[in-house]
Amino acid sequence: MKAKFYILIFSTLLLVTSCALDNFDEPNAIFSGNIVYNGEAIPVARNQVRFQLWQPGYALTAPIDVAIAQEGSFSSRLFTGDYKLSFVPGQGPFKTPSDTLFFSLTGDKAMDIEVTPYHMIRNAQFSHASGTINASCSVEQIISGADAKAVERVTLIINRTQFVDANSGGEGSMAQEDAADISNMSNISMSVNIPSDPKKPDQSYIFARIGVKVAGIEDMIYSQVQKIEF
Amino acid sequence: MKKYIFTIILAICLAWSCSKNDEEFLDRPPSSILTQEQIFTDPSAVLSVLGDLYNRYEDFGRLDDWASVADFNIAYWSEAGRYPAFQNDGWGFGSWGTWNYGYIREINLFLERCEEATQLEASLKTRFLAEARFLRASYYFEMVKRMGGVPLILESETYDFSGDASYLQHPRETEAAIYDFVISEAEAIKDILPTDPDSKSRATKGAALAMETRAALYAGSIARYGATTPQVSLPGNEVGIPASMAEGYYTKALTAAQSIINGNAGAYALYNSKPNLSENFEALFYDKANNPEAIFVEDYKVGGGKTHYFTGWNQPRFGAEEEEGGRINPSLQFVQSFELLNGTYAPLANEAGGTPVYYDNIGDIFQGRDARLAGTVILPGTTFKSKPVDIWAGIVLADGSIVSGDSRGQEKTLPGGTEQVQVVGFDGPIDGLEFTAQTGFYIRKYQDPNTGSGRRGTQSDVWFIRYRFGEVLLNAAEAAFELGQPDVAAGYLNQVRQRAGITTPLTGADVNFDKIAHERYVELAFEGLHFFDLKRWRLAHIVLDGNPISETEVTQNIGIATKRETQPYSIWPYKYYNPGDPNNGKYLYKTLRLSRITGADRFQFGNYYSEIGQDLINNNPKLVRNPNQ
Repeated sequence: MKAKFYILIFSTLLLVTSCALDNFDEPNAIFSGNIVYNGEAIPVARNQVRFQLWQPGYALTAPIDVAIAQEGSFSSRLFTGDYKLSFVPGQGPFKTPSDTLFFSLTGDKAMDIEVTPYHMIRNAQFSHASGTINASCSVEQIISGADAKAVERVTLIINRTQFVDANSGGEGSMAQEDAADISNMSNISMSVNIPSDPKKPDQSYIFARIGVKVAGIEDMIYSQVQKIEF
Repeated sequence: MKKYIFTIILAICLAWSCSKNDEEFLDRPPSSILTQEQIFTDPSAVLSVLGDLYNRYEDFGRLDDWASVADFNIAYWSEAGRYPAFQNDGWGFGSWGTWNYGYIREINLFLERCEEATQLEASLKTRFLAEARFLRASYYFEMVKRMGGVPLILESETYDFSGDASYLQHPRETEAAIYDFVISEAEAIKDILPTDPDSKSRATKGAALAMETRAALYAGSIARYGATTPQVSLPGNEVGIPASMAEGYYTKALTAAQSIINGNAGAYALYNSKPNLSENFEALFYDKANNPEAIFVEDYKVGGGKTHYFTGWNQPRFGAEEEEGGRINPSLQFVQSFELLNGTYAPLANEAGGTPVYYDNIGDIFQGRDARLAGTVILPGTTFKSKPVDIWAGIVLADGSIVSGDSRGQEKTLPGGTEQVQVVGFDGPIDGLEFTAQTGFYIRKYQDPNTGSGRRGTQSDVWFIRYRFGEVLLNAAEAAFELGQPDVAAGYLNQVRQRAGITTPLTGADVNFDKIAHERYVELAFEGLHFFDLKRWRLAHIVLDGNPISETEVTQNIGIATKRETQPYSIWPYKYYNPGDPNNGKYLYKTLRLSRITGADRFQFGNYYSEIGQDLINNNPKLVRNPNQ
């Protein structure tokens, strides 16, 4: 009995003390913000656009990937320290700041990152009429001159879930219009049928957004997701 | 007295054991290790070492990994555990990576040790050296295709334990430099290697030239078509080849291919041994006895310890030699892309103006097409190993409703009937039931017709053809076309098309990029080459753009290289049941997308060149990351 008692005491002590010895502090700072243009968040496809954080000063450096959410926000839990922020070349439907951003993190930090998109979607309007989603918008060209990139196509995407982008799979549907078929970029209207699938339960709402594909850029720029009830 | 005797004996024993013979007694040659000297004095031992290096040859498509030859939605994978491949939306950046410098080092060591060997016969020694150089160039070619430019290490390196390994860190070469290395090695060894078309599994002059033409063609097209995707390049050209170099590479590709075609490397020719053109195309891949088409292969031998199970994995499920099979199901898009015999494209005629077309026999819808179709795909109504396949999805009633089953060959009572009849084939297709022909088709290419090939205990020894004469012709055609010689290209294409039974020859005016791409797509399908075609033409991100394919879109744009290929479609045969109707008992076809296919593949710019892992970059900070990752 006595021996068991001692074993219990010692093992408890061992357990408690080794916790403090073996473990690192957890990352305690949250870095969050939005990718913005003139203060307006830029919606993109979920987890498709990312930037990288580097922590200089260590022998081996590996990037910390930060993915951008579909409404244009990001957040990452990090260790306190100095960081360098850079975009992967070719990522995102926008021109990124050419100089690398440096910042230091002690505690939570909110920071918006200003970028210049090639195009912006303005006045996105959605409506529902008898199994069809109609949408209209205008596309404003932001970057002109030598760096300008043309619109390749405009896409209206709907989805049964709130995750709406061109790769959101079998839950949605979409309609596409090539730029060549669009006569007036400031007055685009499109429509898409809501697919009916007997295997899926009926729902009285659907989520929709418009995406614009810019020639030569992989990631599309979107409008904010809108829930349409009917 | 007695105890003294023991002491004396003990003393003598101890004294004896101290004699100087001990050292020799203990110094025995190891029986499990061969020394360098022992190996490099005996030609058969050297060949064994070389055989190990041959065995480690890296292939993208492999018969011992069935999925590797059937990727990118050219087929559906009828195995429950593989359905997720059709439910996700693409590939990780690390996919298809290869970075085996251990292999490179062992080839380099082999070259160095063989070079030093003094007791080998000179002619054998030069052949061994040339073969090792062929293998090394082959692996660099494989790496540059997947990773872009890589460090070019041509001698074995040793760490000096000084604590500083930086002298072992080499930067990446340019992509062009690695292709140049492959081409120059092929040029250097082609005349050392034997000119022997009967030697298939060891490097020959034909193999070196075939590697050269493929490498030069790939480099040329990256230079030419890489210009359309400037994002897929690096400032140091570790990825990307300047467009000005295209012409030079295409010329080299054409010269090397013509050198094989003209017989400089031996008597290679298209395989033409059987009167039935489909059977002929099928036999091309399993006939090992007298095959002038195969140039360099990975060989197998039943009973010799090296077999693969490709036939077991893919044999028709009905009458299979094991309780499995049917995994690779070629897609509708692939099947319909085979031309009619007059050389025109046409979708499978299952509907005319919204009403179904009825066929007397189940296979009639596929009649009158390119002979390669029936040689590559097991169609409904055909046989494998003399056993007919039983592929039909159900019975269509007069009102258009369908009676079908959910197990193979299920029986049900039809309305108005009294007894049970079979309502679905023993090979399916049944949506979601693995090993049935879920697209309506099985693969035929590389299936072994020998008894026992589908048994786990026996398996198959059909060889995997890495280079063949048909591909050389198509390489020559493409290079000639890119060099502005469409008449020459048409000549080479026609040789391949004639064997496929296409009656209308092409003229120079008919040859365009789509024709070249199409011919490679149908001729070289399931051989592990389609992927690299998509990559080097920079078409992968267009063909695999992440958008689902609609029912109407499937049958359009046949033979166009940019046709979307994000999802495989199916076409299912049904029996029509309507007693009294003239169409009763005939067959009709319906196209569909299987319910398990919910994703649409998207090939990102970052997929063009596989990711170099963070562990490698940590070990060697001079490595530049691949673009868009």
